[in-house]
Amino acid sequence: MSTDKYVTYETAWCPGCGNFSILSSLKTALEELKIENNKVLMVAGIGQAAKTPQYINTNAFCGLHGRALPAAVAAKIANEELTVIVDTGDGDSYGEGCNHFLHNIRRNVNITHFVHDNQIYGLTKGQASPTSEEGFVTGIQVDGNINTPFNPILIAIAAGAGFVARAYSGNPEHLTSIMKQAINYDGYALVDILQPCVSFNKVNNYAYYSQRVYELEDDYDCNQKVLAMERAMEFGDKIPLGIIYKEDKPSYHSKNSVLKKGKPLVDIPYDKETVKKIVEEFK
Amino acid sequence: MYNLLIGGAAGQGIDTTTTILRKTLKKSGYNIFTAEDVMSRVRGGHNYSTIRFDSEEVFSHSKKLDGIVALNEEAINLHKNELNEDGFILCDKSVENDDLRTIKIAMDEISTEIGNPKVIGTIAAGSVLSLFSESLDDAKEIVKEMFDERLLGMNMEAIIKGFQMVESRYPKLKGKGEPKLIVSGNEAISLGAIAAKIRFYTAYPMSPSTSIMGYLASKSEQVGVVVEQAEDEIAAINMAIGASYAGVRSMTGTSGGGFSLMVEALGLAGMAEIPIVIVDVQRPGPATGFPTRTEQSDLKFVISASHGEFPRMVISLCDHNDAFYQTARAFYMAEKYQIPVVILSDQYLADSHATIDTIDLEGLPEISKSPIGEDEEYLRYRFTEDGISPRLIPGETDNLVAIDSDEHNERGWITEDAGVRVKMTKKRMKKLEKLKEELIEPEFLGTNLFDTLLLGFGSTKGAIKETVENLNSIGEKKYAALVFGDVYPLPKKLLLEKVKNAKLIINIEQNATGQLADVIREQTGITCGYSILKYDGRQITSDEIVEKIEKEG
Repeated sequence: MSTDKYVTYETAWCPGCGNFSILSSLKTALEELKIENNKVLMVAGIGQAAKTPQYINTNAFCGLHGRALPAAVAAKIANEELTVIVDTGDGDSYGEGCNHFLHNIRRNVNITHFVHDNQIYGLTKGQASPTSEEGFVTGIQVDGNINTPFNPILIAIAAGAGFVARAYSGNPEHLTSIMKQAINYDGYALVDILQPCVSFNKVNNYAYYSQRVYELEDDYDCNQKVLAMERAMEFGDKIPLGIIYKEDKPSYHSKNSVLKKGKPLVDIPYDKETVKKIVEEFK
Repeated sequence: MYNLLIGGAAGQGIDTTTTILRKTLKKSGYNIFTAEDVMSRVRGGHNYSTIRFDSEEVFSHSKKLDGIVALNEEAINLHKNELNEDGFILCDKSVENDDLRTIKIAMDEISTEIGNPKVIGTIAAGSVLSLFSESLDDAKEIVKEMFDERLLGMNMEAIIKGFQMVESRYPKLKGKGEPKLIVSGNEAISLGAIAAKIRFYTAYPMSPSTSIMGYLASKSEQVGVVVEQAEDEIAAINMAIGASYAGVRSMTGTSGGGFSLMVEALGLAGMAEIPIVIVDVQRPGPATGFPTRTEQSDLKFVISASHGEFPRMVISLCDHNDAFYQTARAFYMAEKYQIPVVILSDQYLADSHATIDTIDLEGLPEISKSPIGEDEEYLRYRFTEDGISPRLIPGETDNLVAIDSDEHNERGWITEDAGVRVKMTKKRMKKLEKLKEELIEPEFLGTNLFDTLLLGFGSTKGAIKETVENLNSIGEKKYAALVFGDVYPLPKKLLLEKVKNAKLIINIEQNATGQLADVIREQTGITCGYSILKYDGRQITSDEIVEKIEKEG
């Protein structure tokens, strides 16, 4: 499968970075889904992962650190014909932008959220991220991280997300398959993507993940919320990959009184007669 | 001109009385200005509205009262010193008050008879309308409009009984009596946005801006505007930017505290050149300040908010008419120059109602799309002569639209090139040069042969206008005023021309430090000789200004 259509230019990532595999999986997923690149909008905040929209030939919105989700959901509200993908890091999504993470799960706008979760801050050269393990030593957390790691999968399920998955950059075929299903899901879809940071995270490296990750069994029923929460809490010697929880639920567009009529907001014409009528009400 | 005050505790029905009076008096042909003085609580405390009406135009509120409608005793004690000698106090007969101007009516008793204590406000409105020789039929029609079936019967009985309890006392003032519109400041902003084809409004509730969101939500389906309550103001502005990038006209509204949270993204709109309109309905700060009161203390903040340098425009709203037209213009300016435009309003304007002439939808500015050459490569940030680059909507053409909060090249890709940085900064700032050509000069009030020049901005215009008219009609010394609507960039032409003739310049502002005077001094070197500053959360009246000016000589 050629991915030329989405090629842009040289990246600013370190050799061996998990971002490369995530980027190429994303390109493959978009190619296989046959989505025209002018109908794709990649949104990110700031960070190493957040540079992804720069390296793929689509529409790109590189906004502020932590604020990718509000911009992305609003762009989707404005034009539902765009395939809107937030592709950014764990600091952007779960740290600076955590409030938006929680509330956009509740909003359930039909966007896809890929989080490059390397359990470290890369662009700022190696501080603890919300998902860093307890005891994880950095130049700032000199005695080891004393905070409880954030569990994005568990929190997303608890907050009401309808599509919650985990993938691993070291398993690109599985990752591509999950990405495609996430993009096709009608609603907010979260894919937390485990990804080694070769420069700053010497603990959660390829060997660490390879020993722990496993794909969910074929007979795993991802529609069971309580079971899914149990799997979500499995993060140690074994780490499950796959769609951990899935539920069909009405999306924002299907519930909003303006959008549910089916016409993209961007195409709703200006009706001067309506405006006149409204003004008359103040007589 | 008549001026009434309706006072009582929160939850007692002041709003009902004021609304019935406002609507009925407007229907009978008066020009009206109402103002609200409300505490930040849902029950109790002391709240009041004033309603000033005349056959001539009314510009502002006043503290010289012709009547007090007292829904409790406190309203009398707090306001009777503002009442004219031949004014009246309307209250329940149980209220202990030996003031000879008092008209006691059995409001409590009748409301008990009717079976709902909440109709007291309607009874009082009926009595007031009778005092001012209004028509009961008009009042009944308004009541019919205002209440649903459940409450209509009771309120109808209340308005009739109230009306019949007192005799007519004040003659009806003769005027043109043309049908006009009556709007609050926040309603006028909402209408301006609707007229400018707003498609997305997002905000976090914050007094005194919330009623913009409430009004737009009530019209959401009819107009085709999505109204989204954000999780915080940071989300609100980032959503507005995201929606605008994707091609719909977007606005967010807040007060100073919320604006403080928005400032990083204000810079994003500047850097990425995405048009948005932000309304800051000011209230006294800092921090939580006075949530339900008024001030003009965000001026210097909004003109310089956010780190780095980028073009923006700030328009302060001077009155209700302005609130409509300037909001529509804000959308136009934002889109034409691809910049954030901040509308500065305040609680006084937001919550006050005024009659305005019919809104003209024909004269609103239209935006023409930026042309793109057939064969040339699409560059979102193309270097152009006026700095305005071709803005395409993602998905609308085959071209890809990339924006970046990082410094970027013409394509919208991240760069650290020194030369590109300088060229991009110049390109962005250059847009202001063209924008300056279409700034609106401040409104000049008063006589051309003046001694003293008054300077103000925004909602104090009404009081300043009355001041100039009053002073010029009584004394030898002549006055004029310049009231700024566009405040950033600052229009200077008329200012530089008028200050030449001024013996004294006085700035009148609703803040503690004289922010407008600071801005004018910084940008023109002109200094004001005297400042009239009010920052107690209550809007200045013309009488207060006149008193201060007369004291200064």
